[in-house]
Amino acid sequence: MKYIDYVQLNPFQKFWYNFKNFFIALPGNLLKGIKAIGNFFKKLFVGIGKGVAGYFTRFVKGDWATKLSYVIMGFGNIMKGQIIKGLIFLAAEVAFIAFMIGFGADKIYNLGFFNNGKIGFREQGEWAIDPSTGRRTYSPPDDSMQLLLYGVLTMIIIAVFLVIYFASVKSAYKVQQQKAAGEKIPGFKEEMRQFGDEKFHITLLAFPCLTISVFTIMPLLFMILIAFTSYTQSTPFFQWVGLQTFADVFQTSGAASQGETFIELTKWTLIWAVMATVLNYILGMIVALMINKKGIKLKALWRTLFVVTVAVPQFVSLLLMQQMLEGNQFGAINQLLESLGWLPVSDSGAVQYIDFLANANKWIPRITVIVVNIWVGIPYTILITSGILMNIPADLYESATIDGAGPARTFFSITLPYMLFVTTPYLITTFIGNINNFNVIYLLVGEQNSMDLHNAGYTDLLVTWLFRMSTSTGEYNTAAAVGILVFIVCATVSLLTFNLTKSAKNEEEFS
Amino acid sequence: MIKSYKTRRTIVNTLIYVLLGGLGLIWISPLVYLIMHSFRGGKAELATTIIPQEWTIDNYAKVFNPPDPNVVNFPQWFMNTFIIAIFSCLISTLAVLMVSYAFSRLRFKARRPLINVGMILGMFPGFMTMIAIYYLMKAMGLLEMPKIALIICYSAGAGLGYQISKGFFDTIPRALDEAATIDGATRNQIFWKIILPMSKPILVYTVLTSFIGPWTDFILAKIIVGAQGPENYTVAIGLQKLVGQEYKAQHYREFLAGSVIVAVPITALFLFMQRYYVEGVTAGGVKG
Repeated sequence: MKYIDYVQLNPFQKFWYNFKNFFIALPGNLLKGIKAIGNFFKKLFVGIGKGVAGYFTRFVKGDWATKLSYVIMGFGNIMKGQIIKGLIFLAAEVAFIAFMIGFGADKIYNLGFFNNGKIGFREQGEWAIDPSTGRRTYSPPDDSMQLLLYGVLTMIIIAVFLVIYFASVKSAYKVQQQKAAGEKIPGFKEEMRQFGDEKFHITLLAFPCLTISVFTIMPLLFMILIAFTSYTQSTPFFQWVGLQTFADVFQTSGAASQGETFIELTKWTLIWAVMATVLNYILGMIVALMINKKGIKLKALWRTLFVVTVAVPQFVSLLLMQQMLEGNQFGAINQLLESLGWLPVSDSGAVQYIDFLANANKWIPRITVIVVNIWVGIPYTILITSGILMNIPADLYESATIDGAGPARTFFSITLPYMLFVTTPYLITTFIGNINNFNVIYLLVGEQNSMDLHNAGYTDLLVTWLFRMSTSTGEYNTAAAVGILVFIVCATVSLLTFNLTKSAKNEEEFS
Repeated sequence: MIKSYKTRRTIVNTLIYVLLGGLGLIWISPLVYLIMHSFRGGKAELATTIIPQEWTIDNYAKVFNPPDPNVVNFPQWFMNTFIIAIFSCLISTLAVLMVSYAFSRLRFKARRPLINVGMILGMFPGFMTMIAIYYLMKAMGLLEMPKIALIICYSAGAGLGYQISKGFFDTIPRALDEAATIDGATRNQIFWKIILPMSKPILVYTVLTSFIGPWTDFILAKIIVGAQGPENYTVAIGLQKLVGQEYKAQHYREFLAGSVIVAVPITALFLFMQRYYVEGVTAGGVKG
């Protein structure tokens, strides 16, 4: 369609046109996403290549002090007057070497390079007799988990050291050049001042980057590595097994096998994520439309009535719901149904209570959690969409009413396409959020779940399964593998979103 | 014709009022139930009727002044959570502001790559790492000091939640920075003296969300203090324990009263910062 045709469309047709193109462009965007990943790696390798080339050219062009800095960090800086800076580099090198000798080298040595992929060396506990005292001492088997954790820590420290090392080499060469050009060599104070100005980003990001590396990236790397080992609670001494864990996850022999469970839970996770997202979105929007309709009074009251449930901490509202849904005379919902006379009564006169959360029929708990999630989720949709709904041009509705469209028709032909177009990214984030929705499932069904599958009940999502495997049954490697699979799904969906929203391109417009 | 249009509108509006009233009732009823039963008296711990037969404030008295503090010690849990919340709020707010300012206003080579790394990290299921975090804390000896461990858990990754305040900083005109630079201000000064004073709304939002976080978190707290003694619990863990099979028959009403005590201030805070929340989510959601 040419631009001139596009401009002549009415607003509604424009939305429809864009909305349609959104899906037509989907495969292309997927391809673009894959290309973007390719480009990222290309850039990465080019960058590394340039860095390595620079490393050697600096060595060739450097004077003897700079050359010596390649071995004794900071030497060049000290020789040219930047004494404090040079000493800091030197101290970093000394500290690193001390660390490696005292701790790090041993941990790397233990990582399995020298023992057929077994992490650690002592497989069984050993008794040894001290010849001088004659006392028996016991050495427990190596704790592979701890060794691996320290190994990852050592790797990160090596990486940090390498960054410092390259910075020191660069700095030595730079100061040499500055001296050759006859420039004034900045003193320590001057360089410190730069951290408040030109290099302010380093000051700002240093602390958060450090904590994120240690408490987010390192645990993540560790868990990713765990997926390739044989680590479970019963095997504290473990080894690398490659992709075996992933193969086991897809192994489908037996009724409660991992593979069977994985397929069942993946299906349910997807059904759950779609239902939870779509139902909350549409129903929430209808409620929001009702609240914001012209002529409806007490808007603030209605809004607050719904929004209060967002504000109450989820562990309170969900634990309460769990109690209210109990399948006996103490559950409030059953009490209500009983007083209304809607519960079946057995021949002996006893009331048969409905067990909402631990029912033998797997669909009753599943529908229950979806319904409870509607209760949890609709207020969020109301909060988010109210403002956007107000922005839909009123003339669209007016012309639709004049043309004789009823409320249902206007909703599906005007409101929904418009909202979908504007809030698609939000919708996709919500979808991912629902795939990872731990709270609703775990707090609601948590401990009374009947475990018919492999350490999971029928209402478990992949993430709650992951949680159960890593906390109660200690199948750490399987849990990590499932985590990686969930990540792959979420990453693919996010990558799509990221390419669809133009935020990356438009970012500079605001600044 | 006009009259019939009016009648139709009245009918539609009445229908909407009825629907909204009904839905509102359904939405609010669990909370009404919670408050009502937190005042329930009588011998039976568990309710057999929807409307309580006897009323009392004993449940609250028991919560504030626990008869058996070694089992149920709500004041202690409350204090634990409060201390954790204060400290993690301070650290997280600082981290979030620093990261978002750097990503929004400063231009440096590593900026794009770092933003991408942050995005990728956000896609892993959050608690995939918790076992590793548990062992890391254990290795560092921090399980003996669960409060510090939890403060670290809540604030260490806080910098990754920079998007919302970055979006806010992006809207402040760059001309301000440029003018200040011409006047000789360093970036450090610009951050503290120009940008921060202008960022009150986002500051309030960041402070409140990071303060509320520890009160509502369940998973991390469960990992770190779940296996420890009740003196180290946070409110979420403590209250969950009270409705577990072991304690429910004796402490159910204390759970209800305790929940009300936690929920009321948090609800108030949330209603107060609702506007910022919506701005934040729509900014992050619609812009990506």
